[in-house]
Amino acid sequence: MKFFIKYEEATQICDKTQYNEASIWEKIKLNIRMLYCSATRKYSARNAKLTSAIKKSKVKTMPQDQKAAMKERLAKELAN
Amino acid sequence: MPKNILEPNNWVDRYSDYLYNYTIVRVNDHEVAQDLISETFFAGLKSKDNFKGEASERTWLIAILKRKIIDHYRKKNSKKGKAEIRMTYNDDDAEGDWLEERVSDPFDKTAEDVMENSELGMAIFDCLDTLNEKQARIFKMKTIDNFDTEAICNEFNITPSNLWVIIHRARTAMANCLESNWL
Repeated sequence: MKFFIKYEEATQICDKTQYNEASIWEKIKLNIRMLYCSATRKYSARNAKLTSAIKKSKVKTMPQDQKAAMKERLAKELAN
Repeated sequence: MPKNILEPNNWVDRYSDYLYNYTIVRVNDHEVAQDLISETFFAGLKSKDNFKGEASERTWLIAILKRKIIDHYRKKNSKKGKAEIRMTYNDDDAEGDWLEERVSDPFDKTAEDVMENSELGMAIFDCLDTLNEKQARIFKMKTIDNFDTEAICNEFNITPSNLWVIIHRARTAMANCLESNWL
């Protein structure tokens, strides 16, 4: 069991936490790394800001079925 | 030779989400938004010979969409004869206070927030354009549509490790892109 992780692993765990997909053990390792690594702290802060900006913007994507229907209609029109 | 060319086969994949976000904050109705985008694509197809290639494909489609949105409101208002202002005032106890209640409230930031969020949304889509197509699709599925890791891995035939590497690259690029104005 290792408590100390590399920066790359820390940033990946940090990404997973933005989607609530990091395990408790991963979060512990990330927090240990953040105690002594300012780059990880900086990455983590910026990552959280990105998540918050995306939530705040309330961006949406068009439903997949609508896209598929639209594509089909356009393709038909193009074929004519 | 024109700087930009039209590729209608890719319009839905490339621009439908951008146009959808642009429209939804202006018409506030999903079905109307989808209809207007559909009309925009068809109008684009009809007038594709007029495209000079000076503007980007997306700018050109947005110009068409703007006219569609204006037409939508014109039709809506002409059906009613005039713009409709609805005021419901059924509270007998508060009778007489209605005028004061409708004076603009300086602490009500709703409209301002909506505008700012809309601009932020457009900035997010501009930044998504800087990613490669696969990265952008995976980032959107994971971050905006909240798809499960497993579902995305199955669709793209990649491992979870691959997915997190792609997400990491996309997030770093998005943060770099948005940093100057929004983060």
